[in-house]
Amino acid sequence: MAEAKLQETPTEAMIARQSMPQGGWAQAAREDALARLRTMGLPQRRDEYWKFTRPDTLTQAEPLPAAVFDHGDAPLFDDTERLRIVFVDGAFDAEASDDLSLEGVSIERLATATTDLHWARDLYGTLEKAGQSPVVRPLAALNTAFATDGVLIHVTGKPSKPINLVYQHKSETSDAMLHHVVKLDAGAEVTLLENGPAAARFNTVMEVDVADTARFHHVRAQGRDHERRAATHVFTRLGTESLFKSFTVTVNGAMTRNECVIELTGDDASAHVAGACVGDGDFHHDDTVFITHDAVNCESRQVFKKVLRNGATGVFQGKILVKEGAQKTDGYQISQSLLLDGDSQFLAKPELEIYADDVACSHGSTSGAIDEEALFYLRARGVSHAEATDLLTLAFLAEAVEEIEAEGLREEITGRLSAWLERRSA
Amino acid sequence: MLSIKNLHVKLEEEDKQILKGVDLEVEAGKVHAIMGPNGSGKSTLSYVLSGKDGYEVTDGSATLEGEDLLDLEPEERAAAGLFLAFQYPVEIPGVGNMTFLRTAVNAQRKARGEEEMSAADFLKVIRAKAKDLKIDADMLKRPVNMGFSGGEKKRNEILQMAMLEPKMCILDETDSGLDVDAMKLVAEGVNALRTEGRGFLVITHYQRLLDHIKPDVVHIMSDGRIIKTGGPELALEVENNGYADILAEVA
Ligand SMILES: Nc1ncnc2c1ncn2[C@@H]1O[C@H](COP(=O)(O)OP(=O)(O)OP(=O)(O)O)[C@@H](O)[C@H]1O
Ligand SMILES: [Mg+2]
Repeated sequence: MAEAKLQETPTEAMIARQSMPQGGWAQAAREDALARLRTMGLPQRRDEYWKFTRPDTLTQAEPLPAAVFDHGDAPLFDDTERLRIVFVDGAFDAEASDDLSLEGVSIERLATATTDLHWARDLYGTLEKAGQSPVVRPLAALNTAFATDGVLIHVTGKPSKPINLVYQHKSETSDAMLHHVVKLDAGAEVTLLENGPAAARFNTVMEVDVADTARFHHVRAQGRDHERRAATHVFTRLGTESLFKSFTVTVNGAMTRNECVIELTGDDASAHVAGACVGDGDFHHDDTVFITHDAVNCESRQVFKKVLRNGATGVFQGKILVKEGAQKTDGYQISQSLLLDGDSQFLAKPELEIYADDVACSHGSTSGAIDEEALFYLRARGVSHAEATDLLTLAFLAEAVEEIEAEGLREEITGRLSAWLERRSA
Repeated sequence: MLSIKNLHVKLEEEDKQILKGVDLEVEAGKVHAIMGPNGSGKSTLSYVLSGKDGYEVTDGSATLEGEDLLDLEPEERAAAGLFLAFQYPVEIPGVGNMTFLRTAVNAQRKARGEEEMSAADFLKVIRAKAKDLKIDADMLKRPVNMGFSGGEKKRNEILQMAMLEPKMCILDETDSGLDVDAMKLVAEGVNALRTEGRGFLVITHYQRLLDHIKPDVVHIMSDGRIIKTGGPELALEVENNGYADILAEVA
């Protein structure tokens, strides 16, 4: 009925467009998430948490189309031996993927993991649900309810190579939703790589459970397709003496909202989350981070750098919450933008909320232009204006890139950034 | 080599005239020194020659081997063979010293239509030159001038000069902040580059440096003009009596 249609809320319109995979161990969690989503409703413009980023294009039922961009470069991470798992517009591509067996880890797909008593049953949607308070993240609940696929990674040892989720984008109208669960046993260590534009619109959730003394490394490169849109969530819980390190590089993309929700629950744990982004023109990039310190002597570090020009917008919302009793917390947060012209803008909301007395937390946010003194110094040595600008831009991003622990990966990301900058200024 | 005629310069932002008619001719193979009281315009002259923003040339000219410098971008002036060792070398976080120098060397080579230097050749050359200046490998790896002591920064300037092999070198108070041994190293670095085809303009306050780098000509600058020119003995006179006599003489 036309009238009833008019009454339909955006949330119900979105739900109506999805179909929930039926049966299996995840069903209960999915139903639960759907109920959660209905209570929360999808984000709206007036929501405080979406003050700097318009959620419309992420929440409307039909995604906006996004042209497929052929960058012509060799695939990222090609220099690294890795286990590739390929999704094309959100659909698993068995042909293009490697065999999923690797020592020290068990890898399954969400869509085909049908065992009744699956290990992921206790995790799927659990960290997402915990991360819904004190701030709601409805797009993540939507994902838990309706994700069509994803990978379930149980790390029991130290696999010899990284696992690489490759997201290809081939259809201009694709709307993909993937949900990954990663569980690291005590002492385990793994590197997870993600790269590619994924779809016209991509909604992804990754839940990472890091047990005592385990180490998780995450390096992500979001695809360069100009019109692609993405809402991503990483939820993690860290045990005693464990490590979580996540780095994301973003170049282009019309809309990106990357949320990272970290809970330090065991003493002496360490969580680092970093991002380097380069935006030109019609580009909106939002990093939203929420770190909760709920244990003693933990360290957290947020390093976000954005280079913006031609009207690009960068957003950073970062919060450190230190709970009562979380003594000896060491929290560091820096968010900086380099504005290459007067048209671009950076909006930042750094927050500290501390209920323990013996903590060291610092946060800083700056927005600035290229350092003219440094620029002149380089030019006086013969480096062209464009090349000098690129060098200083890379230098600006370096503090974030340095958060990548593996030297090879770090160099590859730096090389890519440098090539992209060079091509732009050419 | 470097020919400056009747150069008048004011600040772009303010109505303040800094250089009020500078005339200076540095011949190839010669070392000229400029001395002069604080604020007389020595650094301004070096900045204007190398193309820094913020200054406006209201009259006069400056050419390098006949080529009009004032029309060129800073990087074009560098490629044409002009080099300025900064009075205050700039710290550049995040840019490795080595990367910076290799980029600079190759940018200049490219601009001159020469072949780029391979990474291996570059390494060989820079290691040898750094060793001469007692610059250790760690300093080469660190970001440009970051955490360098005053003296280390100045030595790093000379290393850049040695790598870039410019035709015309301007040294702005390269001796300030140097200990006695470092001063010798720097002077040796400069002297090693003294050749038939290369000109030097050495800005300094002290005779000390000129003991090591023997100038052919000494100029005294005051209030935006060269007020006196002479031989090395002029520097000794300044060292002994200050500027009062000279200023009185020309007044
Ligand atoms: N950008 C500027 N803004 C304001 N004043 C300036 C600027 N640049 C130069 N000046 C002024 O011009 C004059 C000349 O300065 P300059 O640095 O050239 O002197 P100098 O001879 O190198 O002095 P010193 O021996 O102390 O290094 C000074 O009075 C200085 O304050
Ligand atoms: Mg000076």
